Amino acid sequence: MKSEALSHIRVCDFTGQLAGAGATRWMAAFGAEIIRIEDPVRLGKWDVLRGTSPFVDERRGHEFGGCFNNHNVEKLGVTLNLRTERGKELLAEIIAVSDAVTENFAAGVLERLGFGYDRLKEIKPDILYVSNCGFGHIGPYRKYKTWGPIVQACCGLTFTSGLPDMPSAGWGYSYMDHHGGNFMAMAIMAGLIHRSRTGEGQWIDMSCTDAGATMLGPVALDHTVNGRPLRRDGMPYSNRSQFPAMAPHGIYEADGHDAWLALAARDDRDWQAIAGLLGINDQRFDDLAGRLAYEDELDDAVRTWSSGRDRFKAAAELQAVGVAAAGVAKPEDRIDNDPNTEAWGLWPTVTHGEMGRVRVDGIPAHFSETDWVLERGGPLLGQHNRQILGGLLGHSETELADLAAEGVI
Amino acid sequence: MTGNDLPGALAGIRVVELAGEASAYAGLLLAGMGAEVIVVEPPDGHHTRGFEPFLHDEPDPERSLWWWHYNASKLGVALDLGDEDDRDRFCSLVATADVVLESERPGRLGDLGIDHDTLRADHPELIWVSLTPFGRSGPRSQEESIDLTVLAGGGPVWSCGYDDHAIPPQRGGGNQGYQTGSVFAVLSAQTALLARDHTGQGQFVDVSMHAAANVTTEFGSVQWLVAGDEVQRQTGRHAAIEPTTFTRALSADGIDVNTGFPPRSARDFAVVVEWMESLGLKDQFEEFFFLEMGAQLEEDLHLSQVGQDPEVTAMFGAAREAVRFISENITAYEFFIGAQERGLAVGIIYSPEEVLADPHFQERGFPVEVEHEDLGRTFTYLGAPYIAPKSPYRIRHRAPHLGEHNSIIEALA
Repeated sequence: MKSEALSHIRVCDFTGQLAGAGATRWMAAFGAEIIRIEDPVRLGKWDVLRGTSPFVDERRGHEFGGCFNNHNVEKLGVTLNLRTERGKELLAEIIAVSDAVTENFAAGVLERLGFGYDRLKEIKPDILYVSNCGFGHIGPYRKYKTWGPIVQACCGLTFTSGLPDMPSAGWGYSYMDHHGGNFMAMAIMAGLIHRSRTGEGQWIDMSCTDAGATMLGPVALDHTVNGRPLRRDGMPYSNRSQFPAMAPHGIYEADGHDAWLALAARDDRDWQAIAGLLGINDQRFDDLAGRLAYEDELDDAVRTWSSGRDRFKAAAELQAVGVAAAGVAKPEDRIDNDPNTEAWGLWPTVTHGEMGRVRVDGIPAHFSETDWVLERGGPLLGQHNRQILGGLLGHSETELADLAAEGVI
Repeated sequence: MTGNDLPGALAGIRVVELAGEASAYAGLLLAGMGAEVIVVEPPDGHHTRGFEPFLHDEPDPERSLWWWHYNASKLGVALDLGDEDDRDRFCSLVATADVVLESERPGRLGDLGIDHDTLRADHPELIWVSLTPFGRSGPRSQEESIDLTVLAGGGPVWSCGYDDHAIPPQRGGGNQGYQTGSVFAVLSAQTALLARDHTGQGQFVDVSMHAAANVTTEFGSVQWLVAGDEVQRQTGRHAAIEPTTFTRALSADGIDVNTGFPPRSARDFAVVVEWMESLGLKDQFEEFFFLEMGAQLEEDLHLSQVGQDPEVTAMFGAAREAVRFISENITAYEFFIGAQERGLAVGIIYSPEEVLADPHFQERGFPVEVEHEDLGRTFTYLGAPYIAPKSPYRIRHRAPHLGEHNSIIEALA
């Protein structure tokens, strides 16, 4: 069973890692036919995630990368050796019946493979081409190499996470690989909507650092309008709230190993509820101005209460008096022990040709009419050669056997 | 290459957005793509108009830079949803919309008789995107929630912070819990629009910020799902099962850099050798010999041999230290450009305002000037996440004043 939402869309897909594969992952979940093109000679390993940890068991190799499976669910896998003329011809045949071509190679790589935008247009005049790399294909840094942490550093996101007079804590994962993929999906679907209205294709140049920089609006305007930089004494202080100001607003020690509680007072009513529950009676904290002026003392008072308490029980006590609070969730807490992620169906199990049944990230949106479906794991190398080259393009079994023998697929 | 007068990809699509702290970014992105986004707020102004920072630090509903940023490119109308006549006006407005975007507390619009369940029968083509902390019907759907608790309870915070675990884990800045939810709300609206193209039907989309955070943690989730392993946070680098080595260094001008992954190939070793020599640092770096040895490698160093083979370990360690040593002797920008021009992937840890001053972002047209004719001047805003020459994303105009476009409502009467 597939979602009907994007069942009319076919993508010739060169994306990899998460920053690219994440884009077509969303579309695959909603029923788009995503044809992932891989190199049979290098076993598809331009996407290093094909063979890297985590692993479900002791088996290793290009069919066992746990992240690859997670990021490529519901896609089709086709192998084409683009060093050969026949491989290039077959690619052109796939492009000719596709709505979009997508890639997140370093800038210029697809062009060097012989499939720059001009060539794509020759094959299919209304093709949508979306490229995605760290700094885009335009600008002095277009050749620079990145991965998630480099993108996050250069777009301002890393700097926003941390404590005063400390190095940046940054993001402990490739936040911008997720959003690089999400913004790329946004660009692809915007291009498809434009094409469905006008009949016109285009080349959309997506840059992960541009996308990341759009996520820091108010702080950027505070500088462009008020001349106040974020790089200043006492900043950033990311567990405190900058816009809007709130206090308390933080992550406090709780009982147990590496256990933490997040809570905040959005307004004076919240504060009165917190003060009542925690037994804090200090007039300095009665209004926001006072709580901000004595925020260190306020945090100490909160910590005195929180440090001996279970993070989830404490959060429940705060919720019971109408205060926003949450235990800092460890992976097990939120994946195996959270009734809300379970009710959502957030960790669906897919079936992979070698790994078997594996849980993956679900989709954080439910559609009333055309909801997502994630059942099939990431493709094995060349798993869908027959379906695409034979079924879709009409090449015979004999031809496919010859192509395999000649090292084309 | 970009025709500045071209309509955006979503030209002709009308979005009615109920002003909300969490959904504002979704509305901004849809408006940037060319949709006509009409933000509906109460007659006394949405409470986010009271958010800092303010123009010249003077609090005023028309001077909130938070409001300016998140509501740029939108039109604004004021309606009191507690008032029956205004609710009728809201329903008339929804009747003209392709998409409704809202982040109201589950149940509120139903109580007012203006939710999707009530309106869908008359508007089968309407797409309704709801963005809430836990979704509209989950067991935790009535919990109190803000950006901090979305990120703390949803997974991201666990992976962010410092090597010293006596320091609390950190919530990255910029309300990324809300914005992550908003990004998925935009993808949902686009997907539903494409679906409507061929099914003719609208639908309801329930977006959960908690779910969005949960599936935006990379290894944090996948390690647990696949192998049952729990990642541990580290200063400025990926949370991991086993500790990894530093990637952060402090440059000569006091700006942090990300030193990336140490050289492993002969080419990269040779580059570091050349760079150190050209900077005159060769004689100050005791392990230079190991760099020259690396430059003679016939195949790349294998990580599995680090810690096993003494020569590999020495070369790998020397390369990592050499890159750090270089970074400490020049400015962060010199380091970033010097390394990247040599093919080494490193980063400069910019503060957000520094991004706008960088020549690359300027050449891409990322900082844009937005006219505030009411104040007689322009201000610099953040621009587009991508360059789409035929259907440009852009900031179309400043955010609306309170009730500035009420004529849209009057015209419906």
